[in-house]
Amino acid sequence: MTDEIIRHATNALELTNVEKRFKKKRNDYSYALKGVSITVKRGEVVGILGPNGSGKSTLVRVISTLTLPDSGDVRVFDIDAVANPREVQRHINRVSVEASFFKKLSSLENLLFGAKLYGVSDRESRPRIKSILESIGFDYKRVGEPMEHLSRGMQQKIALARALLTSPMLMLLDEPTTGLDPRSKKDVQKLIRGIRKDHDSSILLCTHDMGEAEELCDRIGILLNGEMIAMDTADGLRRRYGTQSLEDVFMAATGTSLDEAEFAGEMETAATAAD
Amino acid sequence: MDLTQTQHGKPGWMREAIAIWGYAQRNYFLTKRYFLWEVVWLVYSTMNALTIGFIGVNFGGGEGKSAAWATTFLLIGTLLWSYLSMIFDLLSETVSWERWEGTIEYTFMSPASRTSQLLGMGIYAVLYGIVRMIIMLGAISLFFDMDLGNANYLAALGILAICSVSLVGFGMVAAVMPLLSPEKGQQVTSIFTAVLLLISGIYYSIDVLPGWMQPLANISPVYYALNGIRAALLDGATFGSQWGNIWPLLLMGLIFPPLGLWMFRKGEWYAKKTGRLKRSG
Repeated sequence: MTDEIIRHATNALELTNVEKRFKKKRNDYSYALKGVSITVKRGEVVGILGPNGSGKSTLVRVISTLTLPDSGDVRVFDIDAVANPREVQRHINRVSVEASFFKKLSSLENLLFGAKLYGVSDRESRPRIKSILESIGFDYKRVGEPMEHLSRGMQQKIALARALLTSPMLMLLDEPTTGLDPRSKKDVQKLIRGIRKDHDSSILLCTHDMGEAEELCDRIGILLNGEMIAMDTADGLRRRYGTQSLEDVFMAATGTSLDEAEFAGEMETAATAAD
Repeated sequence: MDLTQTQHGKPGWMREAIAIWGYAQRNYFLTKRYFLWEVVWLVYSTMNALTIGFIGVNFGGGEGKSAAWATTFLLIGTLLWSYLSMIFDLLSETVSWERWEGTIEYTFMSPASRTSQLLGMGIYAVLYGIVRMIIMLGAISLFFDMDLGNANYLAALGILAICSVSLVGFGMVAAVMPLLSPEKGQQVTSIFTAVLLLISGIYYSIDVLPGWMQPLANISPVYYALNGIRAALLDGATFGSQWGNIWPLLLMGLIFPPLGLWMFRKGEWYAKKTGRLKRSG
């Protein structure tokens, strides 16, 4: 039944008026998402551009079923993610800014564990792990080394491999290249392009790298203070705001530069943490 | 090979069975990687057990009981506590461990059910606890003349098995704490452990506790397990004659695991609602 619904769904993701607020102090709430609506079509790559503290990670957590929205509708391949989280979980996977591995375990051990959580046995996943790791340029001889011995860039590639291992129909990438050196960044971006081409996945990519958003995404949304203030193709955004670059689009749409917004977001996050 | 097909082509119970195996296997991998730490804790626990055994030798049994009886009484308590508290700790650390490693979000967004997660953790804890207890027992038996001439080992093992189920459930109840409070939850589970240690009669008969405290032992599965296992090992009591200790353990085994799961799910819902389901740092 669910598989039928998924087969006929035209959108990979559909968020309608999603709201989420968190309690800071007694009777004091901060809004992480304010009436956010997004649609990602099957096979589409949609980027969400926004500074730190803009709500990108909350958005990804809501879609990943890790955070429950206060109101609004979250549908993944037409399945209600709040009412049927486990059905949705089978079809999505996520790579976040931190690679999220058991650091003392090897990449093979982490990948075998990750696959089993999705019902894939060792016998099925081992050949697949070998082929994916080789395709991302990982020296298979290092597969038994603890994750903590690998570089950040390599850990992030393993995180992408772990997501690919379960063949997700919707990939949620939450700043997958943040903090990587330029070479690793390029490698990871190449991998993301490959995911789209070879795995037929739909992708939601959250980033604060404008170049990355323009290069990888079909459409780009700008999220600021929990509000989606624009969503279009890169060209569409430039036309709409009469600018030459996405940096200028951001400035025109928000009245601030991304760097200034980053700084303000970091201050807000620090203040919330201090509370 | 399209793993989407592999994954989706399987019945739900098979996917869950693979996930249970995944959790147990992951814990085995972690034990291997932290092997030196495991050795340190095993040596520490064994030394601790030996110290307690020597207290028995030094003070004897009193009231017509031999020093060997007193030593055996204390060592049964020590070994059993080492085993049961280890099960309890492993279960109760389910969340805090993942939070510390930074994998909590990945685990909780996977389609494997919480039942599978807690079962996988519980199965590994029981197996690991048994291996650990056997090693400790072997080391301890080199030092002491234990009073096990009448021991009924099968009855003792039967009671241990039933108690393990209720302890797994009890651990599930405690595991919810770090979901409710990322900072203080794990400390609360330590209080659970400390209270169990105090009220269950591990190193003494509960008769020595203040009168108001003694009834508290009735809610501890460890109390019934100790009574039953001591009777089986020291007096050779049969399994059938232990009904007074067995039925509370069976009842707790029926109540605690579903209660633990229910509380864990409620805790998970609360953590998802309040944004607490994320890594530390």
